[in-house]
Amino acid sequence: MAKITYIEHDGTEHTIEVKTGLSVMEGAVKNNIPGIDADCGGACACATCHVYVDPAWTGKTGTKSAMEESMLDFAEGVEENSRLSCQIKVSDELDGLVVRMPESQH
Amino acid sequence: MSTEGERAPDGAVVIVGAGHAGGTAAALLRQYGYAGPIVLIGEEPHAPYQRPPLSKAWLKGEADADSLALKPAEWYAEADIDFRPNARAVRIDRAGKTVELADGTVVPYGHLVLATGARAIALPIPGADLKGVMFLRTADDAEQLKAAVGPGKKLAVVGGGYIGLEVAASGRALGAEVTVFEREDRLLARVACETLSSFFQAYHEQHGVTFELGCSVVGFTGDEAGHVTGVTLADGRVVACDAAVVGVGAQPNDELARDAGLDVARGVVVDLEARSSDPAIFAIGDVAHRPMPIYGGRMFRMESVPNALEQAKQAASAIAGRPAPAGECPWQWSDQYDLKLQIAGYAFDVDEILVRGDPATAKFAVFHLAGDRIQSVEAINAPPEFMMGRQLILNRKPVDKAKLADPAVSMKEVVAQG
Repeated sequence: MAKITYIEHDGTEHTIEVKTGLSVMEGAVKNNIPGIDADCGGACACATCHVYVDPAWTGKTGTKSAMEESMLDFAEGVEENSRLSCQIKVSDELDGLVVRMPESQH
Repeated sequence: MSTEGERAPDGAVVIVGAGHAGGTAAALLRQYGYAGPIVLIGEEPHAPYQRPPLSKAWLKGEADADSLALKPAEWYAEADIDFRPNARAVRIDRAGKTVELADGTVVPYGHLVLATGARAIALPIPGADLKGVMFLRTADDAEQLKAAVGPGKKLAVVGGGYIGLEVAASGRALGAEVTVFEREDRLLARVACETLSSFFQAYHEQHGVTFELGCSVVGFTGDEAGHVTGVTLADGRVVACDAAVVGVGAQPNDELARDAGLDVARGVVVDLEARSSDPAIFAIGDVAHRPMPIYGGRMFRMESVPNALEQAKQAASAIAGRPAPAGECPWQWSDQYDLKLQIAGYAFDVDEILVRGDPATAKFAVFHLAGDRIQSVEAINAPPEFMMGRQLILNRKPVDKAKLADPAVSMKEVVAQG
C-alpha cells in the first residue's frame, strides 16, 4: 500500500491508499478520481493518463520506456516531470507520492 | 432533440448493459455530480470489466480479474449505484418509462441508457455447437479459451480480423500450434489496407502461425464426447484441432430498442449527445449508430473502447446537464507480439494511400487520404505518426503529402507545415 495524492487541475486533492503492484493510473481509475481518462486501460497506447510527478518524487518513479517517451513527446502540455501514469508501478517506496493532472487529456 | 426541462432527472438513471460503456457512464455520472439514483443492469455475473485484455494480457496470464475490473466490486455500493448482475432486460415501456427484466421486475426510469453492446456472430454450420468451439467476447469465454490453449495444443482460429490475430499471437505465446482460416484472400480485409494485411501475415508466419486464406470453413468435426476435433473446409480437407475460436464479427444487441419502436439502423440511431429518437433514452458503445462530425456527420457504428468511453461521456454529460464533450477522432489499438498497432480515424472516401517508413523494419505508418486531408492512419510501432495523425484528422488540416511520405521530415514538422 502507498498513500498517493492526486491533484486535479482545479486544485482539488484526492488522497487514497493504492495497492502495491497497481499502476498510479489504476489507483485513480479504480477510485473514480476525475482527470485521468486512461482510454486504453494501461496499454501505453493513448497518452490520456498524463500526470505531472511532484519534483520531490521524480527520482523514485522509474524511467520512461522508449514507447512512453515517444507518446509523451506528442501529448499536450508536456513538462520535464510529465509521465504516463499507467507506466508507474506503485510500491511501498512511493508512499506519499504526489501527482498533478493536466487541464485536459486530449 | 433535447430541452432544458428534460435535463432535470425526474427518476432514476437506468443503464442496461454493464460493459465498458455502461460501467463508465455510471462512474462518470457520479464524477459529474449527478446525485440521483443509478441502476446498472448487467447480464453477466461480473461487475464491469475491460474486454481488450481478454485476447492479450489476460489470455497470456499477465493480468488477473482484479486488474480487468473497471472498479473494485465494493465500489458500486460505496458510490450508491444499484448494480444488478445476472439480470436481463426484456422490454422497454416508453409510455410508462419502465424497463422490465426477465424475472418480471419492473424498473422505472427517468433516463434510460442502452449499453447492450454487440454479440459475436455465430457460424451457421454443422458442429458450431461442439464443445471447444468458442467465441471471445466475455471473461467467461476467455476463461474457457485459456483452459484450452497450451503447449502443443492445436488451435484453429476462424476469421483473420483483429480478434483472430490477437488470439493467434497469444496462442503462440502459450506454445499452441495455431492455424488461422480466413474467407477473404487477405487478412484484415474489411478493416485494413493491403500493405498492413501482408505485413501482419508475414509477421505472424515468422512467429509460426499457419494461414489458410480464401478458404471457406463449412463445418467442425467432433468426437463421441461432443468435443471438436477438426475444421472442415469447402475443398473437403479436414484440419485437426483441439479447440477453435470463431471471430467473424459482431452484431449489435439492438432488439430492445427495435421492439420499443426507437429509430434503429445498423444499431440504435443517436445524436451528438448519444440521445435516441426518444429524448429520455440514450444509446452508447457498440450498440449505437452515431454521427461523426469530423466526417461531415456521417453515421456509423464502432466497436472500440475509446468509442464506448466517448459516448459514455456524451450521455453522462447530457444527463448531468454539462456541455457535450468536444468532438473526438475515433481511434483503437491492437497488440500482437511486440507490435503496437494504433489506428486513428476511418478510411472513408479515400483516394490515396501513403506509406511512411519501411514495413520491413516493423516501424511504419499507413496514411489514408482524401485529397490533401488525412482520413485515417494505421501506425505500427510509430507513436509520433499516430499522435500527430490523430491531431491532423481531428483538425481537418490539409497536409503536404511529400513531407508526410518522407520519414526524414519529423511529424512535428509535417503538422507545422500543414
